[in-house]
Amino acid sequence: MRTVVEIKKGVHWVGAVDWHVRDFHGYSVDKGSTYNSYLVMDDKVTLFDAVKKPFKSDMLHNIYKVIDPGKIDYLVVNHVEPDHSGSIPEIIEAIKPEKVFCSSRGKKALLDHYHRDDWPYEIVESGQEISIGKRTITFLETRMLHWPDSMFSYIKEESLLISSDAFGQHWATSERFNDQVDSSELMAHAVKYYANILLPYSGLVQKLIAEVKKMNIKIDMIAPDHGLIWREDPLQIVEAYDKWSKQGCKRKALIIYDTMWHSTEMMAKAIADGLIESGISVKLMNLACDHRSDVITEMIDSKAVILGSPTLNNGMLPRMADMLCYMKGLRPINKFGAAFGSYGWSGEAVKQLAKSLEEMKMKLFGAGINLQFVPNHEGLKKCVDLGREIAAAIKDSVPV
Amino acid sequence: MEKYVCQVCGYVYDPAVGDPDNGVNPGTSFADLPADWVCPVCGADKDSFSPE
Ligand SMILES: [Fe+2]
Ligand SMILES: [Fe+2]
Repeated sequence: MRTVVEIKKGVHWVGAVDWHVRDFHGYSVDKGSTYNSYLVMDDKVTLFDAVKKPFKSDMLHNIYKVIDPGKIDYLVVNHVEPDHSGSIPEIIEAIKPEKVFCSSRGKKALLDHYHRDDWPYEIVESGQEISIGKRTITFLETRMLHWPDSMFSYIKEESLLISSDAFGQHWATSERFNDQVDSSELMAHAVKYYANILLPYSGLVQKLIAEVKKMNIKIDMIAPDHGLIWREDPLQIVEAYDKWSKQGCKRKALIIYDTMWHSTEMMAKAIADGLIESGISVKLMNLACDHRSDVITEMIDSKAVILGSPTLNNGMLPRMADMLCYMKGLRPINKFGAAFGSYGWSGEAVKQLAKSLEEMKMKLFGAGINLQFVPNHEGLKKCVDLGREIAAAIKDSVPV
Repeated sequence: MEKYVCQVCGYVYDPAVGDPDNGVNPGTSFADLPADWVCPVCGADKDSFSPE
């Protein structure tokens, strides 16, 4: 993919499309991703962000279509994670920039990654402006969204926000703008991205949105470093972040389970029955089929998280341990929790699940249901009743 | 003296170490940190910290 796109007069997308990446440190990117970088032609030719290391030639090739890379004056590094900085040593070699703009944490992170103290770093602070000729860049630090070094770059003359990882989506496409693709698929990628990357920093997202609103800046395009650029109704993604970061829930329950010989699965379905007949929307996810990152995407608007695992060697099944390790790190809030499982002779798993739910401060429904071997009618009835009980609590706390 | 953890990024303030890069000497308790001290990793304010 080497097709430069002029996203605004004199502003070019010169990034790379990664059609084949499928695993992003444990987040499944089923349709690949893109690493966006932007080249602004002005008195000081300025490049924003770079691409993952193996794509440096794609990027340089794109730049060449617009200008000789040696003529680039400034490089802005909004974020140092290697998907955007891996190619920076080669890019700096090629463009020999006069200045490399980054936050104070960005400089530290660049040094800690590439160990080059000879690069022409120029630390910028939040709110600082620099002129590049006809245009002005304003930097806005967005610490922990999602790394300490993260920042936004805003070009007021273009009403363009270059938003680094925020507002991105992992989706490889030949199109560059949101209005050129299916909007519901786009939002599905955007919410998965939010749930898997930004969820733990939801409090900061709320603060940032408030701060940006107060700045009262005009935004008619948001250009993230992954996926499609928000050109048509760009503020829709800010509104969506506002909603997701509030972590409000629907009348929805998520049942996550793993099973050895289908006993725990029978219980999962019985709990689902109790919920569904009470009018609650249910997602049943089996960890043998559903990826942890898709489970998290379903969790974001679920009021109840119901976990099921049989006991294997005195503990829960390993896929469930994986799921819980991941879930805890993403720090969900305001959820109900419940645990269930089948066991042979010892039955520790349910207790462990309940403990994990408690650690995530979820409101628990009893100690959980632990049934020996294959559930009988009476055992399944308990599961249906648990589903009904959780349904009633969801209805009490979530308005229609 | 008690250690405090930043609830935003996970940085641990250890009074025995202080925060010398930002002028806080070793041996400074969390309570004695200036009110405008912020997490040296993510910039969160003192309110974002809880005892470890
Ligand atoms: Fe990142
Ligand atoms: Fe990224």
